[in-house]
Amino acid sequence: MSAQFQDIETRLRAALAPIEPPTHLKQRVETTLDNLVELAADELEAWELAAIKDPRNWPRAAVGPAAAVVVGGGAAVGLVLLRTQRKRHKRRAASRGARDLLARTLRDAGREALKVFDDLTPDR
Amino acid sequence: MATAPDKAKLDADFSALYKAHLKDVYSYSYYRVGNHHDAEDLTEQTFLQAYRHFARAQKESQGRPLRPWLIRIAHNLAANYYRDRSRRPQTNIDDAGAISTPHTTEGLVQDRDDLARILRGVQQLPDDRREALIMRFALGMDNREIARALDRTDGATKVLIHRAIRQLEDIVHADANGTGAD
Repeated sequence: MSAQFQDIETRLRAALAPIEPPTHLKQRVETTLDNLVELAADELEAWELAAIKDPRNWPRAAVGPAAAVVVGGGAAVGLVLLRTQRKRHKRRAASRGARDLLARTLRDAGREALKVFDDLTPDR
Repeated sequence: MATAPDKAKLDADFSALYKAHLKDVYSYSYYRVGNHHDAEDLTEQTFLQAYRHFARAQKESQGRPLRPWLIRIAHNLAANYYRDRSRRPQTNIDDAGAISTPHTTEGLVQDRDDLARILRGVQQLPDDRREALIMRFALGMDNREIARALDRTDGATKVLIHRAIRQLEDIVHADANGTGAD
């Protein structure tokens, strides 16, 4: 046995030297991966289009905006009621009977609703 | 679902991983299957498989190197390769060009024979020992990386490598003396 390979680990390192992959393998793997990426992008696009066309997905798509309208509407009504309620003593003092008080309350509520609406749509 | 910038980042990271470890995966595959043709198939399949699961692997690795994960994929695919084709690694590994030492002098011829003997010995080892040696000596992986690739503890891996080297020494010694090891 030659002196160069006295130690088994040195010999193992020499015997199992890393192997440079052939150039055509690099091209082959890169082409395959590129195709896979393109295929994945196409599939995603097709899936999104199919999902939009499928009526079973419509309720899900509508729930989000509908929920936002309900929550936003509830908050606006609450704000109008709160602001109307604040002026109740003034209205009671100025009113001439129950019917007049009811009319004033409705008028105030309408005014407050318009104000809230203006606040929500400043660009209008 | 990943957004477009996420996807672009993921693809860039995978590209970096591919460039950094193509040689490792190919070397591992070659020493596992024993010929360039199958090693190329195995390398390609490994990267395809890796690409499919890359996002999850990257997330779960928590910044640790992904080389053991990549080699583990190659290891599993190589196991399937043997199972599907019912064959063992070929022993004529040196014919394919792994050893290209020119034999112009007696000493160099002896070195070449010596390396061929080592490779024959490696092919006779049990699967886990052979793989541990390939990972250590062909890929330069440390015990921790090998442990992750083989799903073992660091201690068990250290013992595995130690026993593999001792067994290889016995095989090579028997081969050199013409007594045979199997």
